[in-house]
Amino acid sequence: MPLLENGHVTEDRWAQAIAGEALPAGAVIVPLDRLEEGLARPKDAPLGVTIGPDVDVAVLRPALPRLALVAVSFPTFRDGRAFTQARALREHLSFTGEIRATGTPLPDQYEFLLRCGVTTVQTDRAEDVAVWQQAHEIISIAYQPSVLHERAQGLGLRRFLGK
Amino acid sequence: MSTDTATLPVGRYAYDEVDRTFLSQRVAQFREQVGRRVAGDLTEDEFKPLRLMNGLYLQLHAYMLRVAVPYGMMGSDQMRELAHIARTYDRDYGHFTTRQNIQFNWIRLEDTPDILERLAGVNMHAIQTSGNCIRNVTCDEFAGAAADELLDPRIHAEILRQWSTLHPEFSFLPRKFKIAISGSPYDRVAARFHDIGLVAHPGPDGRPVFDVFVGGGLGRTPIIGVKLRDNLPEEDLLAYLEAVVRVYNAYGRRDNMYKARIKILVQALGVEQFREKVDAEFAQMNRADYRLDPAIVEGIRARFGIPALDAPADAAQTLEADRKADARFDRWVRTNTHAHRHEGFISAVVSIKPDGGIPGDVTADQMDLIAALADEFSFGEIRVTHMQNVVLGHVRKDRLRDLWLRLDGAGLGTPNIGLVGDIIACPGLDYCALANARSIPIAQKLSARFANPELQENIGTLRINISGCINACGHHHAGHIGILGVDKRGEEFFQLTLGGSAQNDVAIGQIIGPALPEDETVDAIARLIDTYLVLRNEGEAFIDTYRRLGAASFKDAVYAPA
Repeated sequence: MPLLENGHVTEDRWAQAIAGEALPAGAVIVPLDRLEEGLARPKDAPLGVTIGPDVDVAVLRPALPRLALVAVSFPTFRDGRAFTQARALREHLSFTGEIRATGTPLPDQYEFLLRCGVTTVQTDRAEDVAVWQQAHEIISIAYQPSVLHERAQGLGLRRFLGK
Repeated sequence: MSTDTATLPVGRYAYDEVDRTFLSQRVAQFREQVGRRVAGDLTEDEFKPLRLMNGLYLQLHAYMLRVAVPYGMMGSDQMRELAHIARTYDRDYGHFTTRQNIQFNWIRLEDTPDILERLAGVNMHAIQTSGNCIRNVTCDEFAGAAADELLDPRIHAEILRQWSTLHPEFSFLPRKFKIAISGSPYDRVAARFHDIGLVAHPGPDGRPVFDVFVGGGLGRTPIIGVKLRDNLPEEDLLAYLEAVVRVYNAYGRRDNMYKARIKILVQALGVEQFREKVDAEFAQMNRADYRLDPAIVEGIRARFGIPALDAPADAAQTLEADRKADARFDRWVRTNTHAHRHEGFISAVVSIKPDGGIPGDVTADQMDLIAALADEFSFGEIRVTHMQNVVLGHVRKDRLRDLWLRLDGAGLGTPNIGLVGDIIACPGLDYCALANARSIPIAQKLSARFANPELQENIGTLRINISGCINACGHHHAGHIGILGVDKRGEEFFQLTLGGSAQNDVAIGQIIGPALPEDETVDAIARLIDTYLVLRNEGEAFIDTYRRLGAASFKDAVYAPA
């Protein structure tokens, strides 16, 4: 599936680091173990990092000012650790760049991803983009705060999801 | 709030248009998911967690739909709808569960979107009654009625229900997550056998504070929960729970489903290290974002109907006279009622454990009758208990005998609450794909064996719990007498544990010896009980005699028949 941003297809400007090859000049996403190599590039070269679900995002703290993208991963859609990582990036590390969900999240998790701070989805799944768009639009009310700071509805914990 | 409070449902949160919109969207979402599954766009592996989050299991013979009864509270209108569903889509009955829910055992997948739509019509759903998410929050069945209660826990149970509903971060946890909440110093919710147990009491400023227990549970590894926090202020309730569940989501094991519950994490880290992680998370959260403002609490409280407790001045005297005039009624009052905070009222427990019956099974006609009696005697309010019975919370004392006559006439007046016949049993091998043994026939045989109400009352308080496999859905470790079904070379055997309790005196039952063949189990338990009757001191309950004398005194009775 092409790269999705807020329910819409968008162009992917990022290259992935290729194992065993030198990093390219432009925007590149490196694995965590090549982060130092990425940081050694010129300061204006856009840099992203991809982390596994077992990583404590606090390890990114020193590098974060230089990072424009953090990719979190779903080795299976049942592994929900990336939700917590995304939220911690937004809430605890005040990261404002792109958070990209990779691996195999389900379209049915799309709203959860967005509400935890994920901005783009790059999945190996084959669904039509329309299924993801529908998953984004089908529920319009939530019952708890999220990093999106949605508009409170007035009673209790309810808020309207901005669509 | 413009809504006329007189029309609010008693004892539970009243939905409004926003809540109904959410529910209909959720039904539409599930209908679409079923459509994608049928079309082959979702594999069964992918569909499974989605259907589980709508309460739909695949059992041994059919799909099972577990309908949520939030904190065990429902209205007569909802009970009538459940009766309709039982008649239309099932085989005329339903089954109350130990999580205060109701499940239907013979459901077709293609009917479920329609059933969910019917449920939504009475503000009910099956959201998060299964799956690796925060499950239905359970509560004291005498909440808002009990004389011994310090504060009504249902308002905060509702807040937790809402907060956990489609929680974006906590819907794909390592494993299921169960929360119980009590507002009484007498633990009727098994707070220390839950992933999180909350015990609420009034704080110094009058707002509630919470004692937080974590990491308890039964299942394959029974563990008593530990206290994580005393006197948690109400305004930090959600923030603190977010911190606990976040630590669990990040660090709970995902490589082995039998070691994935939070209790295993708490044991592995040790409570001090677990608490450090929670405190560190809590300290860096933006607490303003998660603050549970008293105005939010009061807004939700205002959506709860309050019963108008008016009783004649002589209501209690009338009940006394009724009891003196009728020994059978008097016995039922002794066993099946609970003291109410209002002197003219009482809470009545409707036993769903008839002699020789299946614990928790209720027919469509019985559901309709319970609904009618709730309307007539208890403000239309019905409570499902974690013991798989039903409570009518607010019955006028002078009308209690009328209620009992109606129940008794319909076979719902069994006087066995808290006694031998009040057995908790899992569905077992009659329904469940996981079970090793049939729990229900053992329950039926025990119940029939001890049907005599005088004998039951003479034996006194005794909790028997039966599980058909080590997953322990019948909570056998928490039973005074626990019975666990095991498979021995294709034959059903039953292992006995003694001394468990889920109440204030919480304990895990201990195995007394080798498992018994099915046809010897009921006799062995009868001998066990006979031995207790011989050994007990005046007024001593089974559990206390067991604790005083230990297992040795009972072992001979089980294994060396006279």
